[in-house]
Amino acid sequence: MPFDQVPSSWYLILSAALFTLGVVGFLIKRTLITVFMSIELMLNAVNLSFVTFAHEWHAVKGQIFVFFVMMVAAAEAAVGLAIIIAIFRARATLNVDQIDLMKL
Amino acid sequence: MHLVLFIIFAGFCLAGAINLLLQSHPINSALSLIVVMSSLAVLYLLLGAEFLAIAQIIVYAGAIMVLFTFVVMLLNVGTEEKTHGSKVAKAVGFPAAAVVLAVIATVVLQAQKQLGAVILGDSLTTTQDLSRVLFRDMLLPFELTSVLILIAILGAVALARKEGHS
Repeated sequence: MPFDQVPSSWYLILSAALFTLGVVGFLIKRTLITVFMSIELMLNAVNLSFVTFAHEWHAVKGQIFVFFVMMVAAAEAAVGLAIIIAIFRARATLNVDQIDLMKL
Repeated sequence: MHLVLFIIFAGFCLAGAINLLLQSHPINSALSLIVVMSSLAVLYLLLGAEFLAIAQIIVYAGAIMVLFTFVVMLLNVGTEEKTHGSKVAKAVGFPAAAVVLAVIATVVLQAQKQLGAVILGDSLTTTQDLSRVLFRDMLLPFELTSVLILIAILGAVALARKEGHS
């Protein structure tokens, strides 16, 4: 294999590995903030496969999708972290095992 | 050259993601997530997405992660408590995650013949190309996103405000 090229499938497999690690983190982490970080990791993994396919088929719209995912992730992070602060005020804990009721 | 860069930064990505899972303190997880996002920006550059590479650094590694570390410090989150999950969940869960990865990898490797290779500097999407599509074909979704972000800002302020203040 020439030294200056990489198969597109390697990028896709990296993206799949990052996504799987995000899923595992979402399930095994016990702190609410780290669970939220795992979601961001999954979003990033999907973004990588979007960019790879955009490069593969020379489609600029794939990159536009990534742009929108980034904007929505920024909005989601702002609201999500505000919710985390509100939960911490009400419960004084961020352990997901202890946050199991919708009502206070 | 491309292969070397890919291996280095893919390695950084995976190492950062695994470190995110292994660390017990949220601030360490946040810092390793910054490593993942910055290396992803380099991979975007290798794929010819120059605008997204910079946006990844500014928006993700910059703005979003600053928000995360800020919240970790504001709430003074301590080390994660170790809980002993059920043995069944461990015995089934980790192999299940490995199966998910294996299934996706198999599908990708089967389609490898139809997929091409990424060559450095092969097709560069300039900011000009991107903005032409964004502001011509995608103008309405773009404007809707700005409304969404405005609502998110207001929602964040309303949620994080202390009760009792009007």
